[in-house]
Amino acid sequence: MHVAVNPGRLLLTLVAAAAMAFSSLPARADDPWPDIKRDVFDNRDIAEEDGTISLDAPYRAEDAAVVPLTMRIPASIARDVKTLTLIIEKNPAPVAATFHFGEAAGAGERMLSTRVRIDMYSNVRAVIETTDGKLHMATKYVKASGGCSAAAGKDMDEALASMGKMQIRTFEPATPPTSSPDMREAQVMIRHPNFTGMQMDQLTREFTPMKIVQEIEVKRGGQLIFSVEGGISISENPNFRFTFAAEGSAPIEVTAKDTDGRTFTGTSADKAT
Amino acid sequence: MPANARFLEAATLLVGVLIWIASAAAATPEPLAVHEIAPGVFVHQGRYELFTPRNEGDVSNAGFIVGRDGVAVIDTGGSPRIGASLLAAIRARTPLPIKYVINTHMHPDHVFGNVAFEAEKPTFVGHHKLPRALAARAQRYLAINKELLGNEAFAGERIIAPTLLIDDKLELDLGDRTLLLEAQKTAHTDNDLTVLDKKTGTLFLGDILFVEHVPALDGSIRGWLALLDQLKQRTDIARVVPGHGPASVPWPAAMAAEQRYLGRIADDVRALIKQGKTIQEAMATAGLSEKDAWLLFPEYHARNVSAAFAELEWE
Repeated sequence: MHVAVNPGRLLLTLVAAAAMAFSSLPARADDPWPDIKRDVFDNRDIAEEDGTISLDAPYRAEDAAVVPLTMRIPASIARDVKTLTLIIEKNPAPVAATFHFGEAAGAGERMLSTRVRIDMYSNVRAVIETTDGKLHMATKYVKASGGCSAAAGKDMDEALASMGKMQIRTFEPATPPTSSPDMREAQVMIRHPNFTGMQMDQLTREFTPMKIVQEIEVKRGGQLIFSVEGGISISENPNFRFTFAAEGSAPIEVTAKDTDGRTFTGTSADKAT
Repeated sequence: MPANARFLEAATLLVGVLIWIASAAAATPEPLAVHEIAPGVFVHQGRYELFTPRNEGDVSNAGFIVGRDGVAVIDTGGSPRIGASLLAAIRARTPLPIKYVINTHMHPDHVFGNVAFEAEKPTFVGHHKLPRALAARAQRYLAINKELLGNEAFAGERIIAPTLLIDDKLELDLGDRTLLLEAQKTAHTDNDLTVLDKKTGTLFLGDILFVEHVPALDGSIRGWLALLDQLKQRTDIARVVPGHGPASVPWPAAMAAEQRYLGRIADDVRALIKQGKTIQEAMATAGLSEKDAWLLFPEYHARNVSAAFAELEWE
């Protein structure tokens, strides 16, 4: 369709090749982890992949704005875990979320799953702190791009119209409990656009202001299962699936606050809509 | 003159000629191949591919309709270069003014050629939600697709949003020829617009219809299935033009595969949600019976399931 010889293209190829050769040299200097480790964890020692925490993440994200991540902590140390920090190294704000666990999280194998935005190819790290002050980490590399500047919502009107709706589901255990204490599973879903502040409106040349769910508390019978401080990396319509101690029949109660000062509440006693 | 100086001179001349040929080729692109699928209705069939420098963004269908007084263009291809080739195809057939450039929805493979038509001073037309959808995505669309298309095909790209917005329905007159434009509810995207040439009963569906190329969900699976049901009932349609697929296909026969595909995903995902399965589990299992029925299945399917799950879990 076009003339085969194009000197401009050859030149471009050479320039691109040279640029790539040089850009690959200082790769180590671009490693964001040392700074994150210093700022977030005070440069303390972190045990890696020692079987205390595991992280499930897709190697290639199908939708960079909705990347599912699942963390698991074995029953042997579940009771000793105070916090779980989720880091997406190359995101503009690398700390995606910090979870604090409470009494009602139970003593069995602990699972926690959420959906995040990933802005470019990045390591994702899940770091737990145990009551003895030690840190443990699991890391996965995820190929994704554009998750933070992705426009919110496939249907923008629907996203704003239904903001604050909450749905809480509990699940029967898939397999009967074995040796570990009886645990159940639940899911909290909150309708919220979670605007990152990085989504530019090209008509006005202004960024849509950040508007995110920043604090969520999930309790049962007055006892904390977990709370989470979330940042802009949590996907639109924040979604958390988690295990909790099975005993009793109290409903799960959720309180969420967003950056505009709105508070949303819900309970698993509500009928799903 | 020494021999090597003569050689240098000749070589310089040759390079100059080659550059001239290359720039001339860039200035007047070859016309896109188009089929006249009904009298005065022309369609170019895009390839079943993702954007690459090699295909220059020629991966979607684009068309034009010629009336007595002017031309309406429906989608402009995936790059300024393809847009210019479409314009060349129009100019090979008619000198009439291009009155309208209509975009069926926001995706780059349907709007990135708009810029090639700017000098013709048409009115750009779209769904009333199209400007907002483009504005919110422009930054990312430009960054990502510049990389995918490469500098040559991408050169000169600017996103041009419509100024004539369709809230519900509007008729455009090309002289002896009326086009009915209808803004649809959220289906493939939240800004799908269909164009009916009333004279021949030819309906341009944009990406509401995929044939052979696996559908891509970026709106609402419930809305999309509902819209297909509704369009199936219409009696004013002789043939349709899909956004991806052959230039012209019979209606409603041509939508059966897509309806089956979307229905299969919705059924599987609903069943998995009911069983308490996760979005990861759904992405690994839902709709796999459709695997061999479509091209580009690995590129889009899991993402479609992810989008369907995130929508249907709120039912």
